[in-house]
Amino acid sequence: MELVTSWGRLGRWPHEVEPLTDRGSSAQLIQSKKPGLAYGLGRSYGDVCLNPGGWLWRTSALDRFISFNPQTGLLACEAGVLLRDIQRLFIPRGWMLPVTPGTQLVTVGGAIANDVHGKNHHVRGTFGEHVRRLTLVRTEGEILECGPNLRPDWFSATVGGLGLTGLILTAELQLLPTPGPWIDCEVIPYTGLVEFFELSEESGAAWEYTMSWFDCLYGKGGRGIFFRGNLRKNGFRADPQLHERSLPLTPPVSLVNRLTLRPFNTLYFNLQKKHSGPQVVHYQSFFYPLDNLLEWNRMYGPRGFYQYQSVVPPDTARDSLEAMLSEIARSGEGSFLAVLKGFGGQKPVGMLSFPRPGVTLALDFPNKGVRTLKLFERLDKIVAQAGGCIYPAKDARMPPEMFRAGYPGLQEFLPYRDPGISSALSRRLIGS
Amino acid sequence: MILVGRDLERTQRVAQDLRVRNQKAKVQIVQMDFLSPESISKEVGAMFGEKPVDMVLIAHGSLPDQQVCQDDLKLCREALEVNAISPVLFAEAFAQHMAQSDSGTLGLISSVAGDRGRKSNYVYGAAKGLVSRYSQGLQHRFAGSGVKIVLIKPGPTDTPMTAHLKSQGVKMIPVEKAAKSIVVAMDNSRTVVYVTSIWQLIMLVLRHLPSFIFKRLDI
Repeated sequence: MELVTSWGRLGRWPHEVEPLTDRGSSAQLIQSKKPGLAYGLGRSYGDVCLNPGGWLWRTSALDRFISFNPQTGLLACEAGVLLRDIQRLFIPRGWMLPVTPGTQLVTVGGAIANDVHGKNHHVRGTFGEHVRRLTLVRTEGEILECGPNLRPDWFSATVGGLGLTGLILTAELQLLPTPGPWIDCEVIPYTGLVEFFELSEESGAAWEYTMSWFDCLYGKGGRGIFFRGNLRKNGFRADPQLHERSLPLTPPVSLVNRLTLRPFNTLYFNLQKKHSGPQVVHYQSFFYPLDNLLEWNRMYGPRGFYQYQSVVPPDTARDSLEAMLSEIARSGEGSFLAVLKGFGGQKPVGMLSFPRPGVTLALDFPNKGVRTLKLFERLDKIVAQAGGCIYPAKDARMPPEMFRAGYPGLQEFLPYRDPGISSALSRRLIGS
Repeated sequence: MILVGRDLERTQRVAQDLRVRNQKAKVQIVQMDFLSPESISKEVGAMFGEKPVDMVLIAHGSLPDQQVCQDDLKLCREALEVNAISPVLFAEAFAQHMAQSDSGTLGLISSVAGDRGRKSNYVYGAAKGLVSRYSQGLQHRFAGSGVKIVLIKPGPTDTPMTAHLKSQGVKMIPVEKAAKSIVVAMDNSRTVVYVTSIWQLIMLVLRHLPSFIFKRLDI
């Protein structure tokens, strides 16, 4: 038994861990190690990647590339390949991931199972929309190939399927041509949600990437920094030297607390404001600002943290966000890692995909036990009333009714579950 | 580039991966029995038949469970064969051809485990110790010639071989780091290379620890 945690570090739970190191033997291996669950880098915040008392199939060594077509940009690889490795290898060759989340330290399998999104959701949709084919290994030994045009029902169940339909062994991804690693970016300070909506509206058509940092503790309806960017068409510059650092230890208390939050937010806002306007930035600092500080999740101290990420539909977005932000401001909780982003209008590709038309708010909260959970209950009410939902990849506590209400595709999804796979999240939300 | 492996499919997967990573790379595959002197001699000869091989890395091995080796002499023998005898046979075959052309770099992956026998893995350690001592002799033989022998001693590295140790909480050296130091060592023809200085220091201390203290250690 090995103690395993997830990104939120809310606890450490005993698991039997089986490393998968070869795609030829994985199918046979998992048949005898059930109930199990694929575990990549453990970057999900809550319990979607955990299976306490059961097996975890560690996929990080399934990291081989299979083929790449330089004419079409179609890449086949094993599911444990890191997004970082794809970006590093292919951006110099003129291809990049069409969709990437805010960290590149996740596996391809994890990105598919959680159908992750990025700053360009309003243009390119989710990660799953660029998957052309995947190999799914069921725990009874069956191996299924599926894609948007091949067993589309299996594909739709597996993309965003939280790892519950089988082990994703390999995937074919359509990469996007890119002129280089640089991004033309604009940094725009704003006050109040109304300005956020205006900036979102105005930027949607002409900007590939948009997102906003938000300071909910600032009075007068809050303030934020809006970032928008496009791939830079030309202009060679040498790659910057990025230095990885790591938070060397877990502080005894959260570094993010009532004393530090307000000054930090003010400092960050004013720093960004000073540097506002157009600029050219490297993709690594634009997409993955936190990746150079390894293990930054330790800053929340030994009790760990939650992330609350919700999406609310466009027609109720303004009111419900207003309500949520003032609820958070009143509680004085939260963290400086707060993100607002408008999603595009595409139909989600997975039965359980999280992104849907509307606006998403993501915010970290240091774990203060009941106090934090009570706040979430109040936020749940607002989200539920607005007809929104919560992102399972970030969740460790939403009630099952909230999940059922937010994911109407659940009934359609259930028949595709693999009976040999279970997670802490599936037991909590689906009952098995 | 020629990849030599025991398992054809796994070797093919490595070749595919390398071709994607470097599209100019020409990767060939040879599958063979790693314990047969005849096949080793024949295949190595065939490789030099086309043109001289300038760089060789002998990297195979398996990590046996010490207790199993103590309980089952057959498995004990297998561990010694694959970790000690096989690399030496390969090295000797390559050395013979390199001597003829008086050029080439031959790298052997040994282990920090070969620096001093310890109760927790002395069968593996003895096999790796043999590889280390053998390389030393080879270095002596080729001193002053165009043939360079590089002995590499990684510490516990994050590979399929050690995947089960990782679950036990052993801190692993990332493969990228180990690979980089091997490439640098081969390019610079270093004689003995530890991948990390921390393991070099640990083994320096362990090698020189008086036995009355060493015996008390549970390692």
